[in-house]
Amino acid sequence: MSALLEVQGLRVTFGGTAAVRGASLTVNKGETHCLVGESGCGKSVTSLAIMALLAKGGRREADVLSFAGQDIRGLNERQMSRLRGDRMAMIFQEPMTSLNPAYTVGSQMTEVLRRHRGASRVQAVDRAAELLGRVGITAPGLRLGQFPHQLSGGLRQRVMIAMALMCDPELLIADEPTTALDVTVQAQILRLLAGIQKDLGLGILLITHDLGVVARIADRVSVMYAGEVVESAPTAALFADPQHPYTRGLLACVPVPGKVKRGDPLGSIPGVVPRIPPGFRGCAFRDRCAYAHAECAGTIPRRGAGAGHEVLCTLPPGYASRVAA
Amino acid sequence: MSEVILPGSGAGRRLLANTGFLLGALIVGAVLIVAILAPWISPHDPFAIDLTRRLVPPVFMEGGTPLNLLGTDQLGRDYLSRLIYGARISMVIGISTVIVSGLIGTTIGVLGGFYGGRVDDAVMFAITARLSIPVVLVALAVAGLMGTSFLLVILILGLLLWDRFAVVARSTTMQLRNLDYVSAAWCAGSSHSSVLLKEILPNIATHLAVVATLEMALAILLEAALSFLGLGVPAPLPSWGLMISEAKEYMFFTPWVILVPGIALFVLVLGVNLLGDALRDMLGTDLNR
Amino acid sequence: MLRFLLRRLAVALLVALTVLTLSFLLTRLSGDLAISIAGPNATQEDVDIIRRAYGLNRPLTQQYLDWLVRAVQGDFGDSFFFKDRVAKLIASRLPITMTLGLVGLAIALVVSLPLGIIAAVRENSWVDRSVMMVALIGQAMPSFWLGLILMVVLGLNLGWLPISGTGGWEYYVMPGIVLAFSAIPSLMRLTRSGMIEALSSDYIRTARAKGLSRLSILVKHGFRNAAIPVVSIAAVQLGFMLGGSIVIESVFAMHGVGYLAWESIGKNDFPVVQAVVLVLALLYIALTLLADMLNAVLDPRLRSA
Repeated sequence: MSALLEVQGLRVTFGGTAAVRGASLTVNKGETHCLVGESGCGKSVTSLAIMALLAKGGRREADVLSFAGQDIRGLNERQMSRLRGDRMAMIFQEPMTSLNPAYTVGSQMTEVLRRHRGASRVQAVDRAAELLGRVGITAPGLRLGQFPHQLSGGLRQRVMIAMALMCDPELLIADEPTTALDVTVQAQILRLLAGIQKDLGLGILLITHDLGVVARIADRVSVMYAGEVVESAPTAALFADPQHPYTRGLLACVPVPGKVKRGDPLGSIPGVVPRIPPGFRGCAFRDRCAYAHAECAGTIPRRGAGAGHEVLCTLPPGYASRVAA
Repeated sequence: MSEVILPGSGAGRRLLANTGFLLGALIVGAVLIVAILAPWISPHDPFAIDLTRRLVPPVFMEGGTPLNLLGTDQLGRDYLSRLIYGARISMVIGISTVIVSGLIGTTIGVLGGFYGGRVDDAVMFAITARLSIPVVLVALAVAGLMGTSFLLVILILGLLLWDRFAVVARSTTMQLRNLDYVSAAWCAGSSHSSVLLKEILPNIATHLAVVATLEMALAILLEAALSFLGLGVPAPLPSWGLMISEAKEYMFFTPWVILVPGIALFVLVLGVNLLGDALRDMLGTDLNR
Repeated sequence: MLRFLLRRLAVALLVALTVLTLSFLLTRLSGDLAISIAGPNATQEDVDIIRRAYGLNRPLTQQYLDWLVRAVQGDFGDSFFFKDRVAKLIASRLPITMTLGLVGLAIALVVSLPLGIIAAVRENSWVDRSVMMVALIGQAMPSFWLGLILMVVLGLNLGWLPISGTGGWEYYVMPGIVLAFSAIPSLMRLTRSGMIEALSSDYIRTARAKGLSRLSILVKHGFRNAAIPVVSIAAVQLGFMLGGSIVIESVFAMHGVGYLAWESIGKNDFPVVQAVVLVLALLYIALTLLADMLNAVLDPRLRSA
């Protein structure tokens, strides 16, 4: 499989604060890649940085940042805006505020196709109605004429997804698309995303902090901690054989039916995500890590731990699981 | 991502607010001192007419003399002395008007915000009715019918400019009323008046201070406009508005006669507004919205 | 929505009635009208004649009801000085004041909208600070003084515009600029703060993620939302400008209703004065009502509520 999106050594700073410190990840064509981590670890900033949508004051640097083989580091705002909404689309965490309250659903959906494809109004409306049906909205004709405030949160997120699909993008970045929704609606939206991915064969980068979501729909997982991707692996491999102590801690927080017995305490990771001062060296997790030793303050090697499984840790592969057992 | 707080942003704004505050305080402070010390610092009697020395230009212009630093007016009165005494009028009008309108507006607003319901409906109605009345026109009409006097100007403006005090007092009181510590004072058996005076008033005072600066600036401008139209402070008092009015017949030949009092008026109002803006920025309240 | 508008209308009518009453009281409580009208050299006999002629000897409530009933029908009585129907006088002067107000509002919008938007886009830059400085200067500028300065500079020195008087469009430019100055600071600040809020909103990020053009992001998505409060404040500002036209009209000797009122105040022509107060207040009430309706039209969330 060829890489659709390749990111290496992505760094994002706001003023003097580093939000992302050399993150690397690859999304292949037709693959769902999940980026997980605690809040504040830089996963949303990573997604915004890829789209060049950072808030004012944010600076982005990368060793490699390519989309479909094209280096997009040097693109200016105008060139980037040609890609966004057309070949790479994005949906956000806040369906309640991400749609413009002043325009109808139809108006906001059609402008994407009209902008990128120069489609006529009729063509664009047809396409919008078709996609609303595709994301499971009944009576698309009625919805097109409605304003965002007339829709529920779940419906709005469906509209956002449909809007992102207007131009048949190759990459869809979804930044915690289900966090703000009811649990039942969350499941519907995830099933919808999985279905769309299968039918349209697009690559999805899904940002989430919910490992349950990851287990259900991801092909590949990257775990982010304090602005770095500390572990990346195919989903099955990551759940079966987590390498990084942080990943192991994260997994221990999730109850698994059959494995966790009633009365057993759930795992937790002591401490909080630290603020990383400029010029920091070594592993950012070492203060919270049970296996930390002197080497952890030096340069941390990136090790392979099986097919497509990489980990950023000083411990030899398999060490943590042996100690724990 | 919204969880990242940008350091340093807003620092420039705060600095600007501070320089604004310093400049405003400097201007208002200077005018206040000049107003208080007027009898001791003015070089001449502001009312002394000398028809032999009419419209002498200021010292920095051709034909000026150090005897009259800012020249003389159409009756030969020393312009600088009149300007200094005029500062008294502006400051007294500004401050007195704010006291009168502040008392009225705060009382009405706090009552509406505190009691809500029918009382609040009545307060809102009073504010709406007041806003629909054209201030300058009514002030002029009353002055025209009752005759012009210094006290009347203060009363008219004070009775007309309470609306913003009422609006702000009402909304801030309303927010406070629902806070826990106010409810607690109430539950502890404090009387209405004691809750109002001890819990509400001290906490809305800063917001009212911002309104006070805005209203003071407005009162100074309105007094000048009324006097300019001949229905404010009566001649021969050296109100800056009146000075501009008396000088306007000569402005096409000697433009400085309207420039001097006009600039004084502009600078004072600017200073008061700068103070108010800085105060508002520090409080983080936005009254324009 | 309809209920809201009906309620707003009821309040407006009640306010109008209050203003009607106040403008009556304004003239009656300010002293003995008969004495004011008769002038300083009148004898007691003259005053009595005037009192009877204008019905001022009747009980106050009867005078009030009489004035109320006639005012509602648009009959404001006769002017003492102009020897004409007050309603007719006002009707002939009102177009000038309305034109002046609209010219002022147009100038104010043309200046404050672009500057407010630019300031918001370049928030905290020198452009932003300069724009805010303009707002501060506008706020502190005495309008009558600015009028005089313009008369000297544009009228006399440069000779571009007529100095004063009533006439064609060129007579509206200078007074229009002066009037606009009073509305520019608040319109500009509101545009700026509304745009800053809109530009930092999630839907603007969505618009960017959709790859829309910069113009579409700023104007279609940003300004469309920032404009909602600006439109209603603009209507209210027009009301204030009409109310404040008395100063500008007397400075520039424009024969609108403000000038009419100023003349009439000097001549103790109280039927004219109270009618002008009433008409300007009613215009203001109508404009605020219009502002509320515009708001409802512009904001889809209000429309369906």
